Amino acid sequence: MEYVALATGLILVILGLYGIVAQRNIFRIIIGFSIFDTGLHVVLVSIAYLKNRTAPILDEAVSKGEAASKIVDPVPQALVLTAIVIGVAITALMLTFALKMYEKRKTLDIEKFEDLKW
Amino acid sequence: MVKKLVAIAILAGIAFMLYGLFASYTQKETLPKTSRYYAIKGPDELGSANLVTSVVVTYRGLDTLGEVTILFTVASIIGFFLRSRTKREARAENPRETSEILHTGVAFLVPIIFVFGAYVFIGGHLSPGGGFQGGAIIASGTLLLFLAQPKTSGGHTLITFVESVSGIAYVGIGIAGIFLANGFLDNRILPVGEFGTIFSAGAIPIIYSLIGLKVGAELSAILYKLKDAKEDA
Amino acid sequence: MSFFLVLTVVLCAVMLGSAGMALYHKNLAATVIAAGLVSLVASIIYLILAAPDVAMTEAAIGSGLSTVMFFYVLKRVRGGENG
Repeated sequence: MEYVALATGLILVILGLYGIVAQRNIFRIIIGFSIFDTGLHVVLVSIAYLKNRTAPILDEAVSKGEAASKIVDPVPQALVLTAIVIGVAITALMLTFALKMYEKRKTLDIEKFEDLKW
Repeated sequence: MVKKLVAIAILAGIAFMLYGLFASYTQKETLPKTSRYYAIKGPDELGSANLVTSVVVTYRGLDTLGEVTILFTVASIIGFFLRSRTKREARAENPRETSEILHTGVAFLVPIIFVFGAYVFIGGHLSPGGGFQGGAIIASGTLLLFLAQPKTSGGHTLITFVESVSGIAYVGIGIAGIFLANGFLDNRILPVGEFGTIFSAGAIPIIYSLIGLKVGAELSAILYKLKDAKEDA
Repeated sequence: MSFFLVLTVVLCAVMLGSAGMALYHKNLAATVIAAGLVSLVASIIYLILAAPDVAMTEAAIGSGLSTVMFFYVLKRVRGGENG
């Protein structure tokens, strides 16, 4: 099942990238970024998974001594934990910029913003 | 049209590379070296039952500090770009009154949501959960308050106060680790205690609670600014 | 064990379907909801893949708060959606 999740994550990455490069509406581009982000997180978590192992939390089921042979990799999970929070911060920042751009031009079409185009 | 074709060609190339990654991926049989060190030594060294917590708070604590800094920067930039309405403007706008059901429900639910958020980040070293999750839950509670009272513009002072105090205390505990223990953000400035109890794992519960308050205040501030943005700056 | 495999396949199909909807639906509000659904289903997949911490974060932040942020901004840009 980790292979299914890995494949899904990679497809989500491609779908999100397609949304970023092909859409014209800035709002839809941001949604594409959010899907891209989720896809990357799914990829990282499924890489951290090891077969027939359990979550990296020690309790009655997993004692201290046998932890190394019974838990999945905790490091990618910690990375994803921080990446999710940073992702939502970046999304909020992009939404703010989109709002400001809308106030300037009254449109969200990326083709209408050509100040830096040559 | 040409643009779209170019985009699709580039995406096909990226998809080909990602397929190569997927096809050559084989699952590991054992943990990598670093993770094995964390799994074997972590519980005895730091006393935290949740290994993700011990990685986030202590082993990679500096990364977490940097991440909280990123959140703070984002909240400041958003505050710089979106000027909030003043109190008078908010009152003059006069949005639709919220319903009785929402008011009663919010008064009943919000304290419970806040307590649950606090529970999630205080127990972060024993069970799934921690500062980020608890902070997000607290921000959801604040969001409910905003929904029930769209006119209000109070509470911002409190959010700023919590944010500053928890940030300073977080860095202060980190610096205390240099003098009292082995390094910056070391959690053994307090006794590690008995494994698996609430008062264990040294300073991890305190640090994670501070992170929770900080993240909750930061996310609430972002929501508050997006909600109250003024038309036509 | 195979129960989880079937569940994962179904959830992944739901995820891909709602991701496609998030990219192609005409109505912007529907795309925001679909993007939130991708995050919500992803959090269940994290739970199956033995990552409860990540699942909690994704459920609270990815599908809760970020959806609300999108809606706050969507309310402001009414009228410019299609241009």
